[in-house]
Amino acid sequence: MAELTTVEALNLALRQEMERDDSVLVLGEDVGVDGGIFRVTEGLIDAYGEERVIDTPVAEAAIVGASVGMAAYGLKPVCEMQFSGFSYFAMHQIESHAARLRWRSRGRFGVPMVIRMPYGAGVKALEHHSESKEVYFAHTPGLKVVIPSGPRNARALLVSAIRDPDPVVFMEPKLIYRAFREEVPDDEETIPLGESRTVRDGDDLTMVAYGAMLHRTLEAAEALAEEDGVEAEVIDLLTVSPLDDSRFTESARRTGRVVVVHEAHRTFGPAGEIVARLVEKSFYYLEAPVERVTAPDVIVPFFAREQDYMPDVDRIVAGARRALEA
Amino acid sequence: MPRETIELPYEVERLTILGEDGEVDEELVPDLDDDTLLRFHRTMLLARRFDERLLKLQRQGRIGTFAPVSGQEAAQIGSAACLEEADWMVPSFRETAAALWRGTPASALVLYAAGYNEGAAIPEDAHDFPIAIPVASQIPHAVGLAYGSKYRDAGEVVLVYFGDGATSEGDFHEALNFAGTYGTPNVFLCQNNHWAISVPRETQTAAKTLAQKGLAYGIPGIQVDGNDVLAVYAATREAVERARSGEGATLVECVTYRLSVHTTADDPSKYRDEEEVEEWKKRDPITRLQTYLESRDLLSEEDVDDLEEEIAGEVEKAWEEAEKRMEELGDPADMFDHHYAETPPHLEAQRERWTDG
Repeated sequence: MAELTTVEALNLALRQEMERDDSVLVLGEDVGVDGGIFRVTEGLIDAYGEERVIDTPVAEAAIVGASVGMAAYGLKPVCEMQFSGFSYFAMHQIESHAARLRWRSRGRFGVPMVIRMPYGAGVKALEHHSESKEVYFAHTPGLKVVIPSGPRNARALLVSAIRDPDPVVFMEPKLIYRAFREEVPDDEETIPLGESRTVRDGDDLTMVAYGAMLHRTLEAAEALAEEDGVEAEVIDLLTVSPLDDSRFTESARRTGRVVVVHEAHRTFGPAGEIVARLVEKSFYYLEAPVERVTAPDVIVPFFAREQDYMPDVDRIVAGARRALEA
Repeated sequence: MPRETIELPYEVERLTILGEDGEVDEELVPDLDDDTLLRFHRTMLLARRFDERLLKLQRQGRIGTFAPVSGQEAAQIGSAACLEEADWMVPSFRETAAALWRGTPASALVLYAAGYNEGAAIPEDAHDFPIAIPVASQIPHAVGLAYGSKYRDAGEVVLVYFGDGATSEGDFHEALNFAGTYGTPNVFLCQNNHWAISVPRETQTAAKTLAQKGLAYGIPGIQVDGNDVLAVYAATREAVERARSGEGATLVECVTYRLSVHTTADDPSKYRDEEEVEEWKKRDPITRLQTYLESRDLLSEEDVDDLEEEIAGEVEKAWEEAEKRMEELGDPADMFDHHYAETPPHLEAQRERWTDG
């Protein structure tokens, strides 16, 4: 058991999976000698060589497209988009092929690949480096979309994603890459894809979040407990698609009040689907309109204003109070 | 010297072996036995007649849109014939002749054109990829497959088909660049059929040849007379041998012509002259091979008549089989299949709801 950052935990997952299975390959821009610009793949090239840890030309479509071919061949490529904002160069390969090849070939060619991408705001990056476009992928049948919220679940989810027989878009919140450390077991640990978890128990309010926003949501929950005497249940989605609605459904039926938090844009954002599920499955249990605390529908501003763009604790608390007071 | 010419490693050659009149350059004729030559001819003719039948079926409204192969049979058969069974064939959407050569049942091709996903099913042991519609997007897959072959030391070569229009797409350039960088065992087989729907080859690129586009990526390129099955075979065989022996990828540009429509949704009279088509009909790859085989007494007019009859029966049988299959494939709930190795709960729920109405 070691105290690891998310970056180190992801590195551990890659290292252990590469050790365990020689069909696991890593490819992307600067993933080899440089160890990835965030150091997620650090040291892998020394351990496994350049045939398995491939520094590629700057060509996202070919990184994903070649990975599709490798996966169909029987390998398990873990490819990296340096930032999610550059994954659009590969969008056609993701949508038209990674997501469809199993379907198109009627099950002949599965596509067991992982597309890792740092995403989200909060690290003072340049334009195109801070978006949260998980719905682009979550809206695509054939894909799975996973977003960890801390070192331990990042490691366990990445292992599951690598072993998954289908393509997984693995979105890593940059804000938590090095924000805190957590005990991560040395021994293998996995978390099944498609399962959310309850992070904080409470009977007064249900808060649904994932990724970096989970931590602000937890802080808000503590503030609500302290200041308002309200106990909020907090659910971490972990997998955005397929969406596990069982936990928040159960919780919403118990609390009757729900807040959904994400840093993706508001309109057609993940909260839209979550609210729809609540309406379908928990409508008669709801005691107040469901609150969405999200980024507004604006292009992520340059970093001087990015903290104002992202939901913060105050806005989450305010959203929760609206849900509680209604 | 401040300014000097950089020596580049390759030149672009053009290869023709079998002339338009059926005459051959004996020195260049590849070593092919008589049976193989006759198989070339038979499969080319089958692809042509199959194409014609599909066109009729489409006009009758019995199948949907498809992309005819007529005119490009030599480019496909000459190249596909160089592959071993364990080698990989990655098609775009016009590779009917290559698919037939590789053993895809004609009925499956009909089924595909009739709008049934099952027509794209790839048998468990076949090293063929399904049809890829988005132009050039299949080329990177071929590089990934070849990387796999190289990584596993399997000795398998991966041949990918695409057209002249595809050479304008980013995926073409990215894929060739990857192949050059990693020395993958690929053959990039461009069928330059002169027309990307309505846009002629000259408008597609200012480059003199498409073959030269490999050079920028450290990949040799060769241009061949794509209506000359012997030249296509000779050039592709060389490329396959290079790939198999670890020397990396080759770009083969087959200069050919689409005698028919781009797809059945298109009217070529809007953008090209019938005279041009007539000129190319004189270079018909099937006639050319037939003349050659006749000159070698491998084929007679009578043989061709028998062959036509046999092929007509085969094409009819393919349609009948496909029709029968279509009757069996009645359950639209099958649309929920094959999205994931294991259908996730939300999709199961949707299937149930959908089934219940």
